Amino acid sequence: MFFNLPFIVAALLVILGITTMLIKRNLIKMIMGLALVEAGVNLLLVSIGYRAGGIAPIFTSAPDGVMVMPTVQAMTLTNIVIGIATTALLLSFVMVIYRMYGTANAEKVRKLRG
Amino acid sequence: MNMSKIVRSAANLLFPFILVFGFYIVLHGHLTPGGGFQGGAVIATGFVLMFVAYSYDFITGRIGAESLHTTETIGLVLFIVTALVAIVFGVTFFTNWMLDVGPVLNNPVAFGPNPGDLNTAGFIPVMNLAVGIEVLGALSVIVLYMLSGTKEEI
Amino acid sequence: MKNLVIGATVLILSLGILYAGVGLEFGAPPFTDMDDYFVSHGQEQTGGNNIVTDIVFDFRGFDTLGEATVLFTAVLGAGLAFRKRREDEDYEYE
Repeated sequence: MFFNLPFIVAALLVILGITTMLIKRNLIKMIMGLALVEAGVNLLLVSIGYRAGGIAPIFTSAPDGVMVMPTVQAMTLTNIVIGIATTALLLSFVMVIYRMYGTANAEKVRKLRG
Repeated sequence: MNMSKIVRSAANLLFPFILVFGFYIVLHGHLTPGGGFQGGAVIATGFVLMFVAYSYDFITGRIGAESLHTTETIGLVLFIVTALVAIVFGVTFFTNWMLDVGPVLNNPVAFGPNPGDLNTAGFIPVMNLAVGIEVLGALSVIVLYMLSGTKEEI
Repeated sequence: MKNLVIGATVLILSLGILYAGVGLEFGAPPFTDMDDYFVSHGQEQTGGNNIVTDIVFDFRGFDTLGEATVLFTAVLGAGLAFRKRREDEDYEYE
């Protein structure tokens, strides 16, 4: 029945991430939502490249069989590293904001700015 | 503040094995699953283990953020220079120039499934090493910066 | 009113993304020309057994260059956020 379960799970992850970013007011939780969206996109990319019964695209002592698509795996690798970099940068900024304003609530920070 | 003696002993014991495993993943990146980014992340995990086990003052007295940042810069410069040398041989930027020049890293490959030879693949192992030490420096120094942010007052 | 807008946005986005997710077919990608070329020719053009590493460092080298630059820039930004400030430096945050 659930023949395309990985795509549905990826869609649910993206929806949960966007919902978290919309309804939460804590900056740390908004960054958690962004990380959820990244995880959903990674799962979508890897799922797109899967062929039924495929093996990993590596020829070292490879068994016989069709290989899965390698380009989406390379793009997933790029996505993971960029996700780590942006998440670390955003968390650094949240730490600076917390030290300056004493809170990580987005609305209160905006009110302080006037 | 240092953690307890058990944690510090376990971290000391695990650290060289994590380094060896990470550099194995980096250097065999063109033969087995892995590569520069993954191996660099594994090595950075070992550094973060040491940051957790020891105090911030002890770590910065030994290694310092500047040297880690220099490691990252060396990796990026090695990456770009390896790609730029291709212009010397009359081919375009990012061409695999080691496949045509010299005997190093240039053994012929058996097409199809084969047991694997470390001395193949042109400049891909060099690129793996460059990106590996860049990711090692970058992830370690980000954690060290965030640890320093929790220390000082405003 | 604000909650109503957020709820409507989430509902519409959920329906759209779920419709796209259900419509895809798992296990049989439709367009595979580029990946077939990489799998069948990557080993003789680059010499590496790991096709993913061949793509990351050889076929899509500019992509990796941009990725390394992004990582470097993120580290520079974090270092600027946590730099040590001088005593006489005047900075206003309000």
